Amino acid sequence: MATDPSILDTFFEECEDLIVALTEGLTEMRDGAEDDETVNAVFRAVHSIKGAAGAFALDELVGFAHKFETVLDELRSNRLTTDEKLLRVLQRAGDVLADLVEAARDNIPANRDQVDPVLNELQAFLGAEDDQPEEEFVFEAMTLDFDSAEDQSGYLVSFRPSHEFYACGHDPALLIKALNELGPATISVDETALPDDFGEFDWEGGYLTWTIEIEDLATDLSILEIFQFVDDLCDLKISPRDTPPPPSTPQTIETEDLPDIVTTAAVEVAPKEEEKPSADAPDAATPSPGPKADAKPAKRNATSLRVDPKRVDRLINAVGELIINQSVISQRLEKAAIPNASDLFADLDDYKLLAREIQEGVMAIRAQPVKPLFQRMLRIAREAADGTGKDVAIVTHGENTEVDKTVVERLADPLTHMIRNAIDHGIEAPEQRKAVGKPTQGVLTLTASQRSGSIVIEIADDGAGLNRTRIRAIAVEKGLIPADATLSEQEIDQLLFAPGFSTATEITNLSGRGVGMDVVKTAITTLGGRVGITSVPGKGTTFSITLPLTLAVMDGMIINVGGQTMVVPISSILESIRPNTSDISRIGLNGELLRIRGEYVPIVDLADRLGHPRDERKMTERVLLLIQTEAVPQCALAVDDIFDQRQVVVKSMQGNYGAISGISGATILGDGKIALIIDPDAIALNAAPRNFEEEATHVAAS
Amino acid sequence: MKTRILAIDDSRTIRSLLTMALEKAGFDVTTAVDGVDGVQKFRDSDADLVITDVNMPNKDGFGVIDDIRGGEKNRAVPVLVLTTESGAALKERARAAGATGWIVKPFDDDALISVIRRLTGA
Amino acid sequence: MSQQAEAPQAKQLEFVTLVAGGQNFCVEITQIREIRRWTPVTILPHSPFHVLGVINLRGAVIPIIDLAVKLGFEKIQPTERHVIIITAIEDRIVGLLVESVSEILGVSADMVRETPRGPEDPATRAIQGIIPVDDDMTKIINLSALMPSLDPVAA
Repeated sequence: MATDPSILDTFFEECEDLIVALTEGLTEMRDGAEDDETVNAVFRAVHSIKGAAGAFALDELVGFAHKFETVLDELRSNRLTTDEKLLRVLQRAGDVLADLVEAARDNIPANRDQVDPVLNELQAFLGAEDDQPEEEFVFEAMTLDFDSAEDQSGYLVSFRPSHEFYACGHDPALLIKALNELGPATISVDETALPDDFGEFDWEGGYLTWTIEIEDLATDLSILEIFQFVDDLCDLKISPRDTPPPPSTPQTIETEDLPDIVTTAAVEVAPKEEEKPSADAPDAATPSPGPKADAKPAKRNATSLRVDPKRVDRLINAVGELIINQSVISQRLEKAAIPNASDLFADLDDYKLLAREIQEGVMAIRAQPVKPLFQRMLRIAREAADGTGKDVAIVTHGENTEVDKTVVERLADPLTHMIRNAIDHGIEAPEQRKAVGKPTQGVLTLTASQRSGSIVIEIADDGAGLNRTRIRAIAVEKGLIPADATLSEQEIDQLLFAPGFSTATEITNLSGRGVGMDVVKTAITTLGGRVGITSVPGKGTTFSITLPLTLAVMDGMIINVGGQTMVVPISSILESIRPNTSDISRIGLNGELLRIRGEYVPIVDLADRLGHPRDERKMTERVLLLIQTEAVPQCALAVDDIFDQRQVVVKSMQGNYGAISGISGATILGDGKIALIIDPDAIALNAAPRNFEEEATHVAAS
Repeated sequence: MKTRILAIDDSRTIRSLLTMALEKAGFDVTTAVDGVDGVQKFRDSDADLVITDVNMPNKDGFGVIDDIRGGEKNRAVPVLVLTTESGAALKERARAAGATGWIVKPFDDDALISVIRRLTGA
Repeated sequence: MSQQAEAPQAKQLEFVTLVAGGQNFCVEITQIREIRRWTPVTILPHSPFHVLGVINLRGAVIPIIDLAVKLGFEKIQPTERHVIIITAIEDRIVGLLVESVSEILGVSADMVRETPRGPEDPATRAIQGIIPVDDDMTKIINLSALMPSLDPVAA
């Protein structure tokens, strides 16, 4: 079969849906809510994956799906009964199947260490007899004479269709036509079997025997192919041409006369269509057995539109341009000194509103429920639990929360890592839990919710909580902080995200895959999001990821730093301050603190942080942005000036350049120039250790 | 006039593959997403040949054949069963249901097209 | 007909010739998207010396690289007379600041000579071949070698 890449994409998209259906079905079965239709739906999902995977020669997938399907088929036909063990194996098989789909999509070899044990467990339910590979269906020959097959120059074919031949939609005329195309043919028909009394005539009865003599044909394979579906529906005899033709003295018709035969045949076949119903059912009003009215409404009724994501991306880009264009016009108008009362401004406002509306609409197209992502995470959690020998119940909330498609895709890796971490390091081993009076089964909760313009995803475990003493010790050992540093609990927690930090004393095979939480943090920051940690000793740890609703637009404060126009996300700004001398206190050699409402907040010179030449102006001549980040409770960013707040269209720096420390992306301003968007978290985090040790700050800057 | 084919399969992927292969070969293709949809589309159209999957929600492929063969309209239309199963058991079942022929998935485009041409005389 | 008689035909290649660091270079035309005048860039923090900054090219953020610096020459002081060549290197779009762009050079593939190997520097390492032009020659820049895939973190 063809492997058009777009159809392969369709296949993997469909697999995603099928895996969702499979997972839902298995969950229903586990909850005991199964009925025959549930098992059928699960069977069909696996079956469909197998069927389509075969088209792309995804052999590992086909092989596994086949075994899985066979077990489900046994279950479906009540030759197996559901028990705890079977359900667990089916669940794992579902996980493995999903992994295999993913491996196929990413074009990487499957992990046989995970596949084979499950394959064996499935086999255990089937007993030994299913082991022979599926035989390929081959055309069966009826009467084959191999003896003289070698130097044959032709074949004699005679066939007499049976009653079923006609009933199954076959037409002798078409067979004869196909035979006639194989070589010069002589066709004859024997009608001696026709009943004399036409009253006894059965329109679908097989009375006629055709004999076709084909010249210049070396093998009978092509003949067998023509009779592929009918070899059991007619008396078929194929013999080399030198053997005497079958009985009776047929009237011979030359090949040239074939059209006549075809017509005759058509006449003979045709009547059955009109005659049969009236013959069988004299009462013409008898309704034909229509399709059994389906009581159950079809489940897949929700009509949806499938669109190439590239088209949507193009649309989103165009809308982004439209919004930039609108701000260009605004700026031009302001410069043109048009009276404020001009209708133009009202029209422009309308334009602005419409542009926003279009943008929201377009972004909504890309919104997807987090459900498939969560289900994938459930799988990863189960695998992690299996791998560590811990007993973990996994609970999800808010599966229907919708997030931008890109976010869903790019969250998979960070979430995987965090979940593995939570199970590996967060939740204690059963005996440890028992010792402190907790239930032996740990709980991992995955929650998605929408909160005031943001999406929040939480990964919560009920484990031992972060061991801050150990985190601190490791940070000191790795030279991330000086041994005498005074850190708040929050600051210690944030050390987890420092590059090169790993809490596990020995690297386990689960979370220790060469990536640390710093990679998780980077991935989320690139999406314009933040990661927070709350942890209570003995009670557990919650990681929360806060993401903007849409990736493409952000409310930003336009600022000037070292002569460059930049953007700071409004979401992290608490307030802007033009400080008086009395608000500023010096600390150490260069450090300055802002005193606000009785609190002292460190001041970070943004120009300095970004490597711009040091601004010698006093703080009182500059503007301080009081920001709140996950890393540091509060800090004040010193900038040269602030202009206005506006929505900006976020562009990624990743594609053509790469990530830049302290910068989360870029946007295009009204004048067509690019302004970089500040990542306050990274700026504040890099700023924090700087007060203790200059060296530690230059982590990712090169 | 192009030969009209009704392809019934609940898998989007298989429908795409069938449509692509058949349209390339010059057939006119209509698709249906399950058995009920398939029978409905069969009634509404003048298919010269039907290709149907076996395992489908709402109505399976054998149910589709039952309905076609039991109906009044074009009940002798050739019906090809598209299935992953192979071997004698399938053949028996397909035959009993009144299938004209069967194609084992994954199908070979050329083989499928030559079978269709043979069964429709196209 | 007569052209076919001259078989075997060598493949025809087209190059855009340019001047960077006072020397002649050329880039295969298939790697070039467009050529534009210099416009001021937005400076990137913590960027390497050869990275001038980014510009907006119809809504996309494109980094601009000083080709002379990348090849080991003196930094160009860009003015409006300087030119940016927008190139597609594998999946990335990158602009190259050069002193000037001269012409499109069409040569058959068999005219391209191998780079003579001698003491290596950043410039010679990025030369994938040379083409004799009249009494002079021009050097083909291998853009992929010049700018290997960027590490996503350390740009």
